[in-house]
Amino acid sequence: MSNEIEAIKDPGLPAHIHRKADHDPAAANRAERQVAILFGISALGTLLLIVSYIFVPQDLFFFIPVMGNQNAHQLGLGLGMAISLFFIGMGAIHWAKTLMPDTEVVAQRHEFRSPDADRKEFVDAVKSGATASGLGRRSLIKKSLGAALGLSALSPLLLLRDLGPSPKQDFQKTSWKSGTYLVTDPGNRRIKAADLEVGAVAQVLPEIADPEHRKLSDIGKDAVLLIRLRPQEFNLTPTKMAMTHDGIIAFSKICSHMGCAVALYEQQTKHLLCPCHQSTFDVTRGAKVIFGPAARPLPQLNISVDGEGYLVAREPFSEPVGPSFWERNSQ
Amino acid sequence: MLLILALLAIGTTFSIASATTTAQTTTADRTAQIEEGRQIFLKGCASCHGLNLEGGGIAPSLIGVGAASVDFQVGTGRMPLADMSAQAMRKAPLYDATETAALAAYVASTAPGPKVPSDSVLNYERDGSTAAGGELFRNNCAMCHNFAGQGGALSQGKYAPTLMGVDPKYIYEAMITGPQSMPVFSDKTITPAEKLSIIKWIKTAEKEPNLGGASLGRVGPVTEGLLGWILGLGLLIGVAVWLAMKAR
Repeated sequence: MSNEIEAIKDPGLPAHIHRKADHDPAAANRAERQVAILFGISALGTLLLIVSYIFVPQDLFFFIPVMGNQNAHQLGLGLGMAISLFFIGMGAIHWAKTLMPDTEVVAQRHEFRSPDADRKEFVDAVKSGATASGLGRRSLIKKSLGAALGLSALSPLLLLRDLGPSPKQDFQKTSWKSGTYLVTDPGNRRIKAADLEVGAVAQVLPEIADPEHRKLSDIGKDAVLLIRLRPQEFNLTPTKMAMTHDGIIAFSKICSHMGCAVALYEQQTKHLLCPCHQSTFDVTRGAKVIFGPAARPLPQLNISVDGEGYLVAREPFSEPVGPSFWERNSQ
Repeated sequence: MLLILALLAIGTTFSIASATTTAQTTTADRTAQIEEGRQIFLKGCASCHGLNLEGGGIAPSLIGVGAASVDFQVGTGRMPLADMSAQAMRKAPLYDATETAALAAYVASTAPGPKVPSDSVLNYERDGSTAAGGELFRNNCAMCHNFAGQGGALSQGKYAPTLMGVDPKYIYEAMITGPQSMPVFSDKTITPAEKLSIIKWIKTAEKEPNLGGASLGRVGPVTEGLLGWILGLGLLIGVAVWLAMKAR
């Protein structure tokens, strides 16, 4: 038939090219010396490690052009170990490549199935074992073993409990309440509106009764950045403008994208940058996102001053701070 | 008792006398210094900042910026500008200490502003706390200047410069004046003592030895990863090629 495919002829193995060391004793001796030198370098590396560990003082520093000031003790340890391990490997490879036999060897595959005699012997052994254990007769053991095994298999399910407890309203709420004073972080001092010059920023937290034991999980939600601009520099809706005080505007410091601390404030451009993914917020327009992956502006805190001029929150955040989560209303 | 009274009287008289003499010389000196500063300003600065410090299209007004701001900008060589790039950079100062002081005195004479901190104020070794400084630094400075004070990038070619090897006076002045992209850190939200703590922490970080080998710029995973990928992976590839090569 004309369309029958002609089988490709097995080309067989290519002719083996022998190495120099295989037929030239001088080359073989040279290869042997090379391997010995590589192992010798490794031994020197180990010696360097030992000497550095015992004799080099830990406070000795010296200058290396590109690397700068280096600690001699640590450098000796690291370099010594690297040399000792690397050159053992290198020597072994060189040995195998130049001196060990490198001719191709044919190894035939065998059938995986065990001989019938072996298979029969195995089945017999299992059967006689089962009879000897008496599982069929002793139902008490059978049932209790079943219960024990079943229970132990169930136990990993317990770990599912660690998925909880449910955070409930924790993501929705922060510690800011109506009338909470703004305090410096760190320092926990109340701040007067007059204390901030135009162009100034301050990292603030809500005042709590026991600032020594402020929870990290609370700081992660409550952190706020205060920025003072000239009031005429703002370009805000009347509602948002009413939430500022005399040019002082307060934003949640938690990025609405992934929750990093947004605090790179460029005083000249009035831009706030998030260091993680370069989301950029325009402070004059209520932290509107002008660049980057953030989807929402940073929540703004409604602030005012009390009778003595101390800055105080007028109400809690009107929306959850930080990144999106399932239950969050994205509006 | 009489002796003590006498000593006290002598001491007080002397201090009053010396105080008045310094004050007198200062007044005369200051007028001359301000005039000298005005001359330097008219020659070197007025073309951008205006004849009356009012500023212009390319330069901000200098009214009320204070002596500290002038001392920082001119003393670190940022002003006068070398070119109109994104940001004025630190370079060898054009004016010497006397000229800088005269310029600062002139600018400060037009409107009140932050003063140059004196050496007695800047005793950070005595008045600062490294631990408190570290906490303040991480909260207020690290996001722009890097966790080890090495500086970092901002937007559009602007950057936060490294803090290594910066005179404590200039660090202090930068915090109270907020030069260029940097915001102001008020004395009430970060007290002068806290500012000294920050300086002390920076100076401690500067002296920190590289115990782990090369510091790679102390900028975190970027250089470490780059080195790992290029050097480490390069070495592995080289070894793999050598392994598979047939010996001759």
